[in-house]
Amino acid sequence: MKLWLAKQRYLIDFTLASLARRKTRNLGLLLVYTVLVFMLASVTLYTHALRQEAARVLAASPEVIVQRMVAGRHDLIPPGYMEKIGRIRGVQKMEGRLWGYYYDAVTKANYTFMVPAENPPAAGEIVVGPALERSRGLAKNNGISFRSYSGKLHTFIVADVLPQASELVSADLVLMSEQNFRAFFDYPAGHYTDIALSVANPQEVRNVAVKLAAALPDARPILRDEVLRTYASIYDWREGIVLALLSAAILAFGILAWEKASGLSAEEKREIGILKAIGWETGDVIKMKFWEGLLISLTAFLVGFVAAYVHVFHFAASLFEPVLKGWAVLYPRFQLTPHIDGLQVATLFFFTVVPYAAAVLVPIWKAAITDPDSVMRS
Amino acid sequence: MIELSGIRKAFNQGHDNEYWALDGIDLSIEANKVTALRGPSGSGKTTLLTIVGCLARPTEGRVRLEGEDISGLPERFLTEIRRKRFGFIFQQFNLIKGLSALDNIILPAYPTGRPRREVLDRAEELLAGLKLGHRRHAKVEWLSGGEQQRVAICRALINDPELVIADEPTANLDTHLASEFMGILEGLADQGRTILLTSHDPLVVESDVVQRVIDMRDGKLIHEH
Repeated sequence: MKLWLAKQRYLIDFTLASLARRKTRNLGLLLVYTVLVFMLASVTLYTHALRQEAARVLAASPEVIVQRMVAGRHDLIPPGYMEKIGRIRGVQKMEGRLWGYYYDAVTKANYTFMVPAENPPAAGEIVVGPALERSRGLAKNNGISFRSYSGKLHTFIVADVLPQASELVSADLVLMSEQNFRAFFDYPAGHYTDIALSVANPQEVRNVAVKLAAALPDARPILRDEVLRTYASIYDWREGIVLALLSAAILAFGILAWEKASGLSAEEKREIGILKAIGWETGDVIKMKFWEGLLISLTAFLVGFVAAYVHVFHFAASLFEPVLKGWAVLYPRFQLTPHIDGLQVATLFFFTVVPYAAAVLVPIWKAAITDPDSVMRS
Repeated sequence: MIELSGIRKAFNQGHDNEYWALDGIDLSIEANKVTALRGPSGSGKTTLLTIVGCLARPTEGRVRLEGEDISGLPERFLTEIRRKRFGFIFQQFNLIKGLSALDNIILPAYPTGRPRREVLDRAEELLAGLKLGHRRHAKVEWLSGGEQQRVAICRALINDPELVIADEPTANLDTHLASEFMGILEGLADQGRTILLTSHDPLVVESDVVQRVIDMRDGKLIHEH
């Protein structure tokens, strides 16, 4: 064992000396490799953290949302709906919600106006999301006017700004009282945008949805799980788009790595011949090259991954932010909770380190099994 | 020490350009002697050297090292014999560029796993013996031809081999350096090492250091002095 360790140490020593001898080539390769790992790791870390964040935020949302459909379009919930739902067994709590979209010509962005279930702002006051605070330069106690769809100007006082922690889903939110909301959108009394239901037993959620569809044929129940799945697939899709764009870079790296690793120079082949002639075994030569490949790929992997971690969790993935995060004109700004998934790291490792190690080893193996007498004839 | 019987070596066997570099060699290389193979280019000297040095296997015939047949041994065992018992000095020196003289010298010791201190001490001793201690950290490409050859000699001796094999050792040296090399060779012979070399340089083959000269032509031994 001691002998084996001593041999490995010698091999690593020689490998480091070899790497240092071809500084430009190896540094270039290391740089390209690191950038690739950085990009791939940034995309996967970011989308994974976004999915986690969305799931965390939505964890407190209602189990079922009921919307009414007219000609396949979302319509207002008329009075009397709530009574019918109240008779369905398993529904623990229900609440009519009021919300709508408002296009602000100043920022050319859509806001979501909403009446909160608890602690609604006082009449004439609003609470705004952080993105709105930034885009309109609002602060507490400022006044702001919105022209409603009927052409009337409504003025509100900003009572508060929502915390940044929830910005992923509250960036463009404007909270107001029921009275203000109905006045602003000309909502008829007793009508709601949709209904949020709480179901005590999670196993019963699907049954409640089935009963709802039977009792109210024009209703469309939306389950929380479906929303979560939609979010997840949106991020999956975005991740896929970015990875598809990156595939050209990955391919280019593959070609470069193959070229650099597999295209042994005449000098390297000569060196392998010398090492074999002076008593190195084929296995020693392969091990030495294996260490070389491993050192390059591991360094690139570690540096690339750490850089991606810093990029995503400290600089909010500024390079990929517009593609991966935004679904509106107002981009949410928020700090993601650092999260690393073992499987994700392993997958990335497998797709970056292993192909390189293979690209290095195959040609070396070919060169290493050549007869050592070739060196006598050079 | 080494006995060769019925050695034949073919290149490109079975192809149109098949060529027999050695054609029926019977030879005994005695221990503690300096033996030189002499002959024109293409006479088979280097090929014979590669077979004696376990760098290649004969197509036909047997090689015995101290009575043991080694011609059929797998590559791994031949490598081990080469590493432990033979030291090589190549015509082009075959040093690894970018590494220092000292790093080149200790290369054959890597696969042995010997303690680094011991290997370095031995390398320093060899460098001092060949008056090259001051160049230990110089990269080999910065060394003169004579210095490069002395580094190659040190490398050949790092594992303390019984047999030193040198292929055309003076081919790249001027007369002065060639004489110096013969002095080194004499020193190695005095230490009791067996030396086998190829050369057609009169300075080498007519030297008193060389005890036996074997002439070769067309892959055959034709004459012995």
